[in-house]
Amino acid sequence: MLSQSIRFNSMVLGLFALVTALLLASTYLGTRDTIAAAERAAAQKTLLEIFPDDQHDNNLLDDTLPIPGPYLKTLGLGKPADIHVVRKGGEVTGFILPAVAPEGYSGDIRLIVGIRVDGSLAGVRVTGHNETPGLGDKVELRKHPWILSFNDRGLGNPPREQWEVQKDGGVFDQFTGATITPRAVVRKVRDTLQFYREHGDELRKAANRRPDVAAPEVES
Amino acid sequence: MSELSYREIARNGLWTNNPALVQILGLCPLLAVSSSVVNALGLGLATLLVLAGSNLAISLIRRQVSDAVRIPVFVMIIATFTTCAELLMKAYTYELYQILGIFIALIVTNCVILGRAEAFASKHPVGASLFDGAMMGLGFCLVLVVIGGIREALGSGTLLANMQLLFGPGAAAWKITLFGDGQGLLLAILPPGAFMVLGFLIALKNVIDAGIERRRARTAVAVEKVSRRVRTTGAIS
Repeated sequence: MLSQSIRFNSMVLGLFALVTALLLASTYLGTRDTIAAAERAAAQKTLLEIFPDDQHDNNLLDDTLPIPGPYLKTLGLGKPADIHVVRKGGEVTGFILPAVAPEGYSGDIRLIVGIRVDGSLAGVRVTGHNETPGLGDKVELRKHPWILSFNDRGLGNPPREQWEVQKDGGVFDQFTGATITPRAVVRKVRDTLQFYREHGDELRKAANRRPDVAAPEVES
Repeated sequence: MSELSYREIARNGLWTNNPALVQILGLCPLLAVSSSVVNALGLGLATLLVLAGSNLAISLIRRQVSDAVRIPVFVMIIATFTTCAELLMKAYTYELYQILGIFIALIVTNCVILGRAEAFASKHPVGASLFDGAMMGLGFCLVLVVIGGIREALGSGTLLANMQLLFGPGAAAWKITLFGDGQGLLLAILPPGAFMVLGFLIALKNVIDAGIERRRARTAVAVEKVSRRVRTTGAIS
């Protein structure tokens, strides 16, 4: 009697596990492509904000260089990441580098930094952070245009010692009630520019070594 | 438990036994994502979907599953519906999914859902269970949206901002700006604001209930008086 009830209940349980697994598998298969497309679109949207369509003719999302191991730490990255290469008419015109500012008010602030080949900034965007809503989160373009104040600046503009928020004697605004967040972002952008000054030639060589991806984008 | 009418089920879910205001269940997502209307609505709808779906499925199988394996089966069903909802949101409202993040997956731990499965769906027919799930979900969703609205209005000075995340590009125009940027009450967006708004809503509901109770008592007294006068008149004549 007992063994019968155990057998029956196990069968019922197993049957339900099978049915729910099937349901999950079919939902997963049904949404897989849509999810991949949505993820790509979201990633591409930010890249295109920095280098709009008229400034490149390659597929920014797919034209990438892996960051060499030793440089990951310089950029503050914990795990392997890619640099996106910007090309127009077969020439490399810029790079989009990922970087992490570890000194945010609540942990890491993830950035992407768009740098033209001449070393000037095409734009900076924050792609992930846990800063205080209403204060530190103004580094997001959705909340505040502050991040646009980096556009067209470079290592000589302003001079290096003025690459700070105003409170530290620099040229960049801080927010009322939040200095730590913009300070972390400003310093990391400066360091990323410094990284490009030191290793830009290397990146350009590596990008030119891959003419297969230099062909103009056909799709879309 | 006696059979409930659909009217009673609706009143239970939306008011008398509201999951958020009376049962105080599922507060983790309720407080965490209710900083704006669009976040609140997104999570509210996902919860509604999972709750109605799991109630329906559990009611369907309520006679086939013995008491011994009841809970594991319920949990499996709820987890399946939650994961499906998560995949669907990821596919069709990706940006909102990124904002809500872990809280979509946490629907599975929302006590309202297992609570309704155990207390209602496992004992009632399919139609009533589906309706109960929908009404409980709607009650939860409405409270979530009201809290989201209050916190967004006080904290960000807007209403219905970023609705395009849920309803497509056309909904961007729904945004109502109440006052300028940066003048909001920061406390409303931070976690304590969520507790305070919820507290005020519960208090408001209690005040309304007390008012209804008083009016009912007064009507009862009035009826009594009328009947007494009738009797008195009867006695005089």
